[in-house]
Amino acid sequence: MAAQASTNGGPDGGGLLLDDQHDDLLRLATAGSVDDGKSTLIGRLLYDSKAIFADQLEHIEEVSRRRGDGYVDLALLTDGLRAEREQGITIDVAYRFFATPRRTFIIADTPGHERYTRNMVTGASTADLSIVLVDARKGVVEQSRRHAFIASLLRIPHLVVCVNKMDLVDYSRRRFQQIEDEVRAFAARLEVADVTLIPISALKGDNVVERSTNMPWYEGPPLLYHLEHVHVAADRNLVDVRFPVQYVIRPRDAAHHDFRGYAGQVAGGVLRAGDEVIVLPAGTRSRIAAIDGPEGEVDQAFPPMSVTVRLEDELDVSRGDVIARVHNQPAVTTSFEAHVCWMTERPLQEGNRYLVKHTTRTVRARVAEVVHRIEINGASRHGDATELHLNDIGKVSLSVASPLMVDTYARNRITGSFILVDEATNETVGAGMVAAVDGGASPVELDPKRSPDVVWDEGKLNRERRWGALGVQGATVWFTGLPSSGKSTIAAAVEARLVASGVPAYRIDGDNLRHGLSGDLGFGADARAENVRRAAEVAKLMADSGTVVLVSLVSPYAVDRDRARAIHAGDDLAFVEVFVDTPIEECERRDPKGLYAKARAGEISGFTGVDDPYEPPRKPDVRISGETVEEAVEKVLAALSRS
Amino acid sequence: MNYELTHLRTLESEAIHVIREVAAEREHPVLLFSGGKDSIVLLHLAHKAFRPARIPFPVMHVDTGHNFPEVIEFRDRRVEELGVDLIVASVQESIDRGRVVEETGPRASRNRLQTVTLLDAIAEHGFDAAFGGARRDEERARAKERVMSFRDEHGQWDPKAQRPELWNLYNGRIRRGEHVRVFPLSNWTELDVWRYIAVEQLEVPSIYFAHARQVFRRDGMLYAVSPYVELVEGEQPFEASVRYRTVGDMSCTGAVESSARTLDTVVAEIAATRITERGETRADDRVSEAAMEDRKREGYF
Repeated sequence: MAAQASTNGGPDGGGLLLDDQHDDLLRLATAGSVDDGKSTLIGRLLYDSKAIFADQLEHIEEVSRRRGDGYVDLALLTDGLRAEREQGITIDVAYRFFATPRRTFIIADTPGHERYTRNMVTGASTADLSIVLVDARKGVVEQSRRHAFIASLLRIPHLVVCVNKMDLVDYSRRRFQQIEDEVRAFAARLEVADVTLIPISALKGDNVVERSTNMPWYEGPPLLYHLEHVHVAADRNLVDVRFPVQYVIRPRDAAHHDFRGYAGQVAGGVLRAGDEVIVLPAGTRSRIAAIDGPEGEVDQAFPPMSVTVRLEDELDVSRGDVIARVHNQPAVTTSFEAHVCWMTERPLQEGNRYLVKHTTRTVRARVAEVVHRIEINGASRHGDATELHLNDIGKVSLSVASPLMVDTYARNRITGSFILVDEATNETVGAGMVAAVDGGASPVELDPKRSPDVVWDEGKLNRERRWGALGVQGATVWFTGLPSSGKSTIAAAVEARLVASGVPAYRIDGDNLRHGLSGDLGFGADARAENVRRAAEVAKLMADSGTVVLVSLVSPYAVDRDRARAIHAGDDLAFVEVFVDTPIEECERRDPKGLYAKARAGEISGFTGVDDPYEPPRKPDVRISGETVEEAVEKVLAALSRS
Repeated sequence: MNYELTHLRTLESEAIHVIREVAAEREHPVLLFSGGKDSIVLLHLAHKAFRPARIPFPVMHVDTGHNFPEVIEFRDRRVEELGVDLIVASVQESIDRGRVVEETGPRASRNRLQTVTLLDAIAEHGFDAAFGGARRDEERARAKERVMSFRDEHGQWDPKAQRPELWNLYNGRIRRGEHVRVFPLSNWTELDVWRYIAVEQLEVPSIYFAHARQVFRRDGMLYAVSPYVELVEGEQPFEASVRYRTVGDMSCTGAVESSARTLDTVVAEIAATRITERGETRADDRVSEAAMEDRKREGYF
């Protein structure tokens, strides 16, 4: 594409600007009020990424001056309505845009106050990542809990807690750790896979775009780096094929007499030409003959592509039907339970009737029961509630007049969500997330990471009993270092020693991982982050089973290693980081696979140590630097017994 | 295969989803087409949404009569190529029929009069949905706008009572006489629009590229010398190499000095600019701090 456009642009054209091959989209939601420093934070992200224009800045400077503010009020940038500027508050969601060479960002800037919960839910519904601000002086307050709970309920996969105003607590490490403990304790009860805490000062710029020099004790990345590198592609459901038919294309001309295409946006899974599919609710079967995408015919389609699917057989398919795989279907149901956020003054009551719009199907619905109302800080449930009022969130049971093809929201944010519309006023009155389907769950449950509703099943056999009965003690030892630094050699030697002494130990090697579990990943920064995450998750499970897991993985970025540690810490498992600190000259001299040579010759790119950075651990549990293999093994075993 | 879309392709698919949704749920949509860059992209996306069938709704141009001739020529040709019906709603006719009163003086503009012409045409043709090319990054009132935005029977926007918009579920239900405005490019930025035009190799009117033109300076902006603008004392026409960042009424659209004659160089200029398109080229937004919010409340684009 870029080359094509550049031919038109001539020799001095900005060809690079058109090269958007490595640029994806991250949607983030922020919640909070001016007092939290939310606007200052957004203002700084926009300003430092040059997304604020000179005339906009001049304008808000002038308005601030005229109002007699002692500072430039960056909130004026996002608070776009007259009423918001007059009252100095955010009422409705505002959307802001900025881009770095790695990513394009859409910020849904939402109000923080409880009475605008519905607006927060609106902004959160499409977000990949949520930023919650905590004032370092005040710590975790009611409002922070509510924001985190809403992020969790809406299944935003990544939560970043920015502990702001660190400058006002003397950049105290102890204060940050207190807040981190509070957040972790609270987050453990939420269903958020990835929680990251960053100590910042939005006003002074600490750890927003640039790493702060005031907090050398903080080893993680600044906020913008985290936003640029967090891996979001894996959050989509690529397992369950779900294609809600939106529009039937039938050209009325002779050239396309027999053309019949089903247009829609892929809601889950990967559709491929030749796949056998089932059309629901009718249950008729056919095969995909062809898929037309925005750029022409394609072999496969995945979320969020808008495509047109042609089937081999002439079937009766219309808007509102869902195309799925024969052995992996959504539930076809007329009753289900859902979490609902209520968005209007007139309360939701048992027996009330509404319209449900779910994917491309709109049906009549009746509230069979209000199961409970949830206290918005997430702490408690009120089972005796029979109504939901404006900004309430609760669980309700709905029955609908004709079948819907639903998944649980935990499994698919598109086929698990719906809106409620009041037929009398045409207003959107509620946002719903399917929690459970009557008559059993979906026929196939393949995705353990997002398994619906069920809290992790602890089973009767807990870790203590398991380890006690087997006489084992699981842990993970994480070997990081440059390619050819000797990680695998040392890990193998440790493994052999442990097994010889009767301790179950198992080595997970970065290269081997690439052949199986991570066979679908490339070598970009995102893919590396994902590879590390997968290794960490697998290691955690094996460690929990009682095995000493020896992971040997270059894992060049500190943020990814920190997350691996967090994954273990979250499950109270020992994690020993071993930095195999071999100088690059020595690694290059060894180079058993000739990879350094290839990287230097430019035959491969993105090679750690040559044209991609390695961030050494600041405080590894063990540092191996020039020891013999035997000495290294002893150091690792000593650290392991201390852990 | 990593199953990832670039951000431009993500925006493209989302916009197509919105366009199809409206075509499926509303009976009489119309696409507002001015011949400007945003509506060019919008029309192209509508074409992609329904091909190989034709676009199942007409396009409409609200014509102030004060147009750049290059744009009108382009408009007619593009509509012809796609085989869609073009409706021209004329501000001059609204003036002749006494629906609006022409402003007078050197700063007279037909910009605000367009609202009446637009609402009259929507009512006359019975349209229940109107696609527009407006983007949230253009202006701060627009940053608050929904993708599918409700208008009451008077065509008015009430920014404090907007329908919540969740996931990709749009509520376009209305009563008779009301309509929805639909903005499929809501999440696109000016740079996205240009990059998309470059990637898709879309034709745009020649005034978007640098050309020699007789201009004069007013309030720090360069305006084209045309029969629609009176010069006041001290304003001297001169020739300059300029291009347009936005296309509107000749009386209120400013040009920027530029030597960019290709899509690539235009993209490079837009990527480097430090001033917003409306701040640099639109007199209509300089009336007051809430100029756009006020016009939008009345039913403006």
